[in-house]
Amino acid sequence: MDIRQKIKEIENSAHEALSSKRAALADDLIKLKNDFLGKTGRISELMKGMRDVAPEDRPTVGKLLNDLRSAIGEKFDAAIEGAKAKELELRFKKEAVDVTMPGRTPETGAVHPNTLVKDELVSIFAGMGFEVFEGPEIENDYYNFTALNTPADHPARDMQDTFYISENLLLRTQTSAGQIRVMENKKPPIKILSPGKVYRSDDDATHSPMFSQMEGLVVDKGITLCDLKGMLDVFAERIFGKGVKTRLRPSYFPFTEPSVEVDVSCFECGGKGCRLCKGTGWIEVLGAGMVNRRVLEGCGIDPDVYSGFAFGMGIERIAMLKYGVNNMKLLFEGDIRFLKQFKD
Amino acid sequence: MKAPLSWLKDYVDIDVPAETLKDMLFSCGFEVEELTYLGKDISGVVVGEVTECEPVEGTHLHVCKVDCGQKGTFQICCGADNVEKGIKAPCALVGATVYATAKDHVTVEDVTTIKKGKLRGIESEGMLCSGAELGVNGDMFDGADYCGLLILPASAENGSDVKPLLGLDDCVFDIAVTANRPDCQSIFGIAREVAAVLKKEVKEPCLAYTPKMDNYEPIKITDEAPDLCPRYIGHYVKDVKIAPSPLWLRKRLAACGLRSINNVVDITNFVLLELGQPMHAFDLRTLDGRQINVRRAKEGEKIVTLDGNSFDLSPANLVICDGVKPVALAGIMGGLNSEIKDDTSEVLFEAAKFARDSVRKTARALGQHSDSSAIFEKGVNEYTTEMAMKRALHLIEELGCGTVTTLHADVTTPYSKTENKKMSVSVQKINALLGVEVPAGDMVRILKSLQFGVELNGDELALTVPRWREDIDLYPDIAEEIIRFYGYEHVKGTFLPSALITNGGYNKTQKAELQLKKNLSAAGLCEISTYSFYSERDLDALHIPADSELRKAIKILNPISEELSVMRTFLAPSLLQVAVRNLRRGNLEGKVYELAKTYIAKQLPATDFPEEKPVLALCMWGKYDFFDLKGITEFIARDLNTRFEYRPAERVYLHPGICGEILADGEVVGYLGALSPKIGAELALDRSVLLAEIDYDKLTEHARQFKYSPISKFAEEKRDLALLCDKDVSCGEIEKEIFAACKFVTEVRLFDVYEGEQIKDGKKSMAFTVTFTPKDEDISERVDGFVKKILSNLRYKLNVELR
Repeated sequence: MDIRQKIKEIENSAHEALSSKRAALADDLIKLKNDFLGKTGRISELMKGMRDVAPEDRPTVGKLLNDLRSAIGEKFDAAIEGAKAKELELRFKKEAVDVTMPGRTPETGAVHPNTLVKDELVSIFAGMGFEVFEGPEIENDYYNFTALNTPADHPARDMQDTFYISENLLLRTQTSAGQIRVMENKKPPIKILSPGKVYRSDDDATHSPMFSQMEGLVVDKGITLCDLKGMLDVFAERIFGKGVKTRLRPSYFPFTEPSVEVDVSCFECGGKGCRLCKGTGWIEVLGAGMVNRRVLEGCGIDPDVYSGFAFGMGIERIAMLKYGVNNMKLLFEGDIRFLKQFKD
Repeated sequence: MKAPLSWLKDYVDIDVPAETLKDMLFSCGFEVEELTYLGKDISGVVVGEVTECEPVEGTHLHVCKVDCGQKGTFQICCGADNVEKGIKAPCALVGATVYATAKDHVTVEDVTTIKKGKLRGIESEGMLCSGAELGVNGDMFDGADYCGLLILPASAENGSDVKPLLGLDDCVFDIAVTANRPDCQSIFGIAREVAAVLKKEVKEPCLAYTPKMDNYEPIKITDEAPDLCPRYIGHYVKDVKIAPSPLWLRKRLAACGLRSINNVVDITNFVLLELGQPMHAFDLRTLDGRQINVRRAKEGEKIVTLDGNSFDLSPANLVICDGVKPVALAGIMGGLNSEIKDDTSEVLFEAAKFARDSVRKTARALGQHSDSSAIFEKGVNEYTTEMAMKRALHLIEELGCGTVTTLHADVTTPYSKTENKKMSVSVQKINALLGVEVPAGDMVRILKSLQFGVELNGDELALTVPRWREDIDLYPDIAEEIIRFYGYEHVKGTFLPSALITNGGYNKTQKAELQLKKNLSAAGLCEISTYSFYSERDLDALHIPADSELRKAIKILNPISEELSVMRTFLAPSLLQVAVRNLRRGNLEGKVYELAKTYIAKQLPATDFPEEKPVLALCMWGKYDFFDLKGITEFIARDLNTRFEYRPAERVYLHPGICGEILADGEVVGYLGALSPKIGAELALDRSVLLAEIDYDKLTEHARQFKYSPISKFAEEKRDLALLCDKDVSCGEIEKEIFAACKFVTEVRLFDVYEGEQIKDGKKSMAFTVTFTPKDEDISERVDGFVKKILSNLRYKLNVELR
């Protein structure tokens, strides 16, 4: 057969193959393409026959063969691409999911709001150079009262407020007890935070017989009331949000003088007055003051050389304010519907 | 502390509105907890004159024409029995608000608005009012207690507002006074602060009286307990005429919520409110031997107080006695035996200082509290004690209810404070403490306004402290006085400019604790916080035997209730309570943990600091089983780079077959298990509860610092071994042997347990995946040898065969 006829034949048979049923899948098309264009394919076979072609015809036949190769190649490639696209389309359809169906999440728990607040407070004050000291919960009269300049006939020492376990031992009523333990063992500069549980004989909607406090203490040379204010300004903004201000007003604690009550501007209404701040624009958050000279003296620190300030806050109170919890009992009940909501 | 504005105005020229004064008091340390306007519910009530008054046939009513001046003349139907032509009475116009009273015409039930209406078909445009309907009683306005119309004086101007006339334009400040300022537990004490904050002079109450000289039979006063009674002043008043007090005095008492009794008793109450010094009046004829003896009560001595309560006394109680018997419970209440009666004609007045803790302890011990004891518990000063006696005697004269004699006994003791404290403070030191530059001139002005004697010499302020200011101790107290009135707005935030840098943050233990909590929470558990105390009954519920170590607990001497009376020695009861509470609330599954202290006494009763031992406790309920719980304890071990072993154990409140001890490096560190089904049934639980507790200190002792080890370039090898063993061989035993047989084994994981058809009786099949991890050599060729060794070991030690 004439080589030109063969070329024609291959061309026809390629067209036939491309339009046949076998040509629906990309994999089959690739095989068919190989039948024509592969190393041992029909075109390669034909190429081998070039030797038998008259030399003067070779350029023409060669061109015909090359044209055939590229024409068939292009057609197969196009068909393969088309088939692949169709197959992918089908796969997409088949694998499609209802994205609104639920995901598989690992079960998660939560740390207690007290832990969250405590950790946040620690991280604020740690940056200012405060260490964390945790004293015992069962204290003696000396650390809880006497050393804190609370005279023996002070109403705060009365049985009504303090839980006693012996004449001299009691459940600490304030983390301030830790102040003394620190000052006895450490010389200034002192910057400590003392978080922990405290106990008072009170049980109603806003009081719990056990709650947590965080005490802060700074003792160094030249510490002033303005330094206390400066530190609390930072605390207020970090805990309650930017723009929250603090206000000092006179108060009384036996172990500080002057003593102040510290209010923060209401972060709910910005100070205009709302339900949270009872219309006053301010919320009471902590008590503080300059460490009483008698307390420093009692710990062997010379009050003429050193001064300091202390502040103490209720962790539950901060948590309740920060998260809008209106009943303290919820913090101690362990209801998992309550607990699971808290996020760092 | 209640202070009516009208009363404060007796001592200070107050020219600011009540609301402003409230803010000013707040700024200097006196929070006004409540500002009550007396007539706040009353409006639209004016003086009305009854110009016509005709009875309505067959009723108790009268139809009146009432002239209300500029407001007009109205027809009003009135049912009061004292209505008649010509009288003046409060007239509530249409739209007015007054109190609605109950059937007794006295008890206030509600606030009502007056509407135009008809009574028995007769038009009525308003209402004529009684005292009760306006919230006025006989102590506030004469005749206001009458159960009918409140008759106003003829001089009252028709149509004018009745509130000023009835004293309803006053307001009362309820002030929180801090414990260091007992001198402010009185109207006059507050007035001193008001004067200082308003920069005004304070007007002293009048103390003048003219005692009558005579040859009186002496009255002997002795003080045998000067530590409990540092000062005692007595004064004899004769020709006493017990009578009602005048309106002005009754009005003052009424504004503070006290009812009038009689002139003598009212004077003592008035002085208590005004000056903060409790006083007492004895009927002198009842005092045996005309004498007073202040002493500790004798064991078993008795007294009946004014309110009829009877008490058995002990030497812990201070009493005022006559020559024979107790006649008053010192500082708390007088005795019934020496009470002022209508025919009392001779009185011994008492003004004394009693030690605050003595009064407090007696009041608490006997459960007997009074206005007087409340004041003594906070503390009185002797300046005021002296002043109060003079004030009472002045009032006796002013009221004309007796003759003040010259018979006066003033017992001072070594505990008395009769001198002014003097101190010298440095202006510079005060400013250094405050961090504010307060000019010395302002310091002088402020201290003078607080009635300090002040002399400025260079940097030194030489001060004479007022005797009532017993709170003033050292110069920081002066600094506080100054900044209180100079203003806290001058305190501007600074940031420790002079302090040294310190290294802050958590230490390693504290950091590890927080990390563990965060990891447990990420693993699905919720952290809880429960009370450190529980009840003996909580231990009974867990069937804890009477002689158990767990019962050797510290008890609170004065618990709030039995429920919260025992310091916990373990956490299981608290966690079980949380599980039960959740289940009862429909939270049918949950996982919680708590890291908290237990309190272990060295001896009981506790005399020394107990050991405070932190425990990590876990609890799960609902769909979870033992291995869910154990999964968490293993998670904890992994978190701390340690490895736990487990062995069967027993605990009285746990299922005997589902209970194990947790060991770390051979030491028992805790337990885990399922709540005994018996206890579950007793608590009516229909779901399982799992509990674990780990000694946290021991746990951290076994924690290891993690160490990085390079990843081997040689591959790990894994082999699955299905083993046939006797039924009583435990998984742990097999694991242990596998580890022991080959040092390349890094993990042994059970993946199947089977007992059944193809397994002989008394046997079970257990399948493990064993992981061999090479270090720096290729072990792939050697693993089969390792397996052989493992199997021969198992066969030899535990009679285990490959299936």
